Amino acid sequence: MSSIVIEDGLFLIVLVALSFPLGHYIYKVMTGQTVFLSRVIVPVERSIYKLMGMNDEDEMSPRKYAFSVVIFSFIGLIFVFGIQMFQSSLPFNPENFQAPSWDLAFNTAASFVTNTNWQAYSGELSLSYFTQAVGLGVQNFLTAATGIAVLFALTRGFIATKKTTIGSFWKDLIRTTLYVLIPLSLILAIILVSQGVVQTLAPYKEIVTLQGGSAQTVPLGPAASQIAIKQLGTNGGGFFGLNSAFPLENPTALSNFLQLLSILLIPAALCISFGKAVKDSKQGRSIYAAMLILFVVALAVLTYSEQYLAPVFQGVMASGNMEGKEIIHGVGTSALWGAATTAASNGSVNAMLDSFTPLGGMILMFLMQLGEVVFGGVGSGLYGMIAFVILTVFIAGLMVGRTPEYLGKKIEAFDMKMVCLIVLVPPLLTLFGTATAVLMPQASTWLTNSGAHGFSELLYAFTSMGANNGSAFGGFTANTIFTNVIGGIMMLFVRFIPLVAVVFLAGNLSNKKIVAASDGTLSTSNALFVGLLIVIVLLIGALSFLPALALGPIADFFTTIK
Amino acid sequence: MMKRIGKDLRPVLVCFIVMTLLCGVIYPIFVTGIAQIVFPNQSNGSIITITQENGTKIDVGSALLGQEFTNPEYLIGRPMGASNLSPTSEEQNTLVQERVAGWHALDQNNIGDIPMDLVTASASGVDPNISPEAAEYQVARIASARGIDEAAVRSVIDKYTSERFLGFWGESGVNVLKVNLALDGLI
Repeated sequence: MSSIVIEDGLFLIVLVALSFPLGHYIYKVMTGQTVFLSRVIVPVERSIYKLMGMNDEDEMSPRKYAFSVVIFSFIGLIFVFGIQMFQSSLPFNPENFQAPSWDLAFNTAASFVTNTNWQAYSGELSLSYFTQAVGLGVQNFLTAATGIAVLFALTRGFIATKKTTIGSFWKDLIRTTLYVLIPLSLILAIILVSQGVVQTLAPYKEIVTLQGGSAQTVPLGPAASQIAIKQLGTNGGGFFGLNSAFPLENPTALSNFLQLLSILLIPAALCISFGKAVKDSKQGRSIYAAMLILFVVALAVLTYSEQYLAPVFQGVMASGNMEGKEIIHGVGTSALWGAATTAASNGSVNAMLDSFTPLGGMILMFLMQLGEVVFGGVGSGLYGMIAFVILTVFIAGLMVGRTPEYLGKKIEAFDMKMVCLIVLVPPLLTLFGTATAVLMPQASTWLTNSGAHGFSELLYAFTSMGANNGSAFGGFTANTIFTNVIGGIMMLFVRFIPLVAVVFLAGNLSNKKIVAASDGTLSTSNALFVGLLIVIVLLIGALSFLPALALGPIADFFTTIK
Repeated sequence: MMKRIGKDLRPVLVCFIVMTLLCGVIYPIFVTGIAQIVFPNQSNGSIITITQENGTKIDVGSALLGQEFTNPEYLIGRPMGASNLSPTSEEQNTLVQERVAGWHALDQNNIGDIPMDLVTASASGVDPNISPEAAEYQVARIASARGIDEAAVRSVIDKYTSERFLGFWGESGVNVLKVNLALDGLI
């Protein structure tokens, strides 16, 4: 166990150390300053704006910003759906895959345009290289950039006074992609290849096994380039069905370390960028602290459960829970990965989450049920957390009887309506989806496990889609018309209702004047506030989900105590 | 009206097309190019090719994908296939006990406790590695089945054991396929 503590501790130190310079860099990108890559990228950027027929200075109203995001995503949805349906007549399909069913194609398209990456298919058994790279890979970039863009817009809302615009979605999207996502992905992809992640356009390789001489297929494809952005963009959709548990997607201890780092790096760095942008670094650091504390506590419980609450079998050396885990990742980094991916809305796996211990599985679910705000998806995690900050300020304001304000902006009725949409839509849809699924007579046939653990599989599936996470308890049979359609619609609502609410919140804040802080202003950057914020996040999550958790993982835990 | 829609749609469509070309075509092709030139073996699946006695070359596997071994003279890896079973379920307990019995049947002289990884399924179902303890557990059996020294078996195992990254990260693992190829004198 002490070796796991060292593992986790050093990992977090590296993460925090890297998040500061990256956060500073992203701040410069967000505010349009010159960075070291500008010399190369500015000409490209300019020519894209020119092609689009837009002016460098164009800004958008909240309505136009929201409309641009939604229409852009809608085109992505149609495009990804279409590419799948026509993949048999498109190039780079060496295994001659046919089109998937319409409901599966819809689910996959919805999943990838919402940064969820829920996968009811196995990449190596159903999708061509073209579909993966041009359809899904592109969305991995664009949805990540969209999340960050909307965060930028919200940030501008806090800085501006009496302004009716919140920046340009196109500039935010393009700058994020060109300056942040593509350079980082390039570096990561090439290091991953050096470790053995495949990157080729050649067809699958057939080999003959050593004992018995039977055939084994080695699936190939342009995987490393997609895996790099899958982690950096908190997408999580594996190139192969088994995701980063599959050795060709995550072959070594080093590749595992770098992928884990990439999962949390940008969401963590954005806290720093936010603090810099609102000209009060403490504000960013206090949000960062709240996220880190929640993360470390969750990680500790999860790791303890995997290491010490694992079953003991007769005639077998006692060790942590190794069912569904790879040797080189072990209990330590599998638990860390589980916590990081469910906290950060990433959804990739390097171990089989269904085979985690009952309490371990509960932590995974609960991290998602908190609304994906413990780091959360790139951009979306932080804008979600800022909504919780405003909620906390509001509740604290009610307690002391003062008009709540945050960063000099008075929080009023319209703002709170938007905050409620951001905070409450995901749990509502998650519970609705789970309840509907349970009522289906064939629900029990979708499960691998029985009893409380079986219900956990189902609850996990709808939690994952309802939080735009994308990970799964693998025993759940995901590819059914019901889950594909209901889940697809859920993912779209859960992504775009809060997102549009954030844009309108940004517009409303932007239009207000900044009031100077007085003695009576609640400080939002001290330890007391961090504590309050954590309590509010936990409270909303617990109130929404404790009853459901009691039927799933909690019951599972108590029924397996011997 | 049509003109206005056209004006509104132009940035949307142009942006989508340009970004698709950049992120979905240029970026992956660029990475593929570098990968194929600098890391040709890794980028194509880490395939192990051996030369047979008659001089023909054959591909015997990927260094990263486990293969099924059952004969006593080979190092045997983890159970094939991922289970997704709850670790505390009855089904899992039954499966583990069956595997324990299997190990005892294979090597009746070894009545010690069996390392956990040999009786639990991995995540990928094709875990190429086993723990050093799981390899040590099999040394005596392999040596006697092959009629060679235990020390010879151990030195092969040591050669194909990967260390933790920087001594603190992940766990060390023994690559089963490489050990078996080396025991057969093929690599």
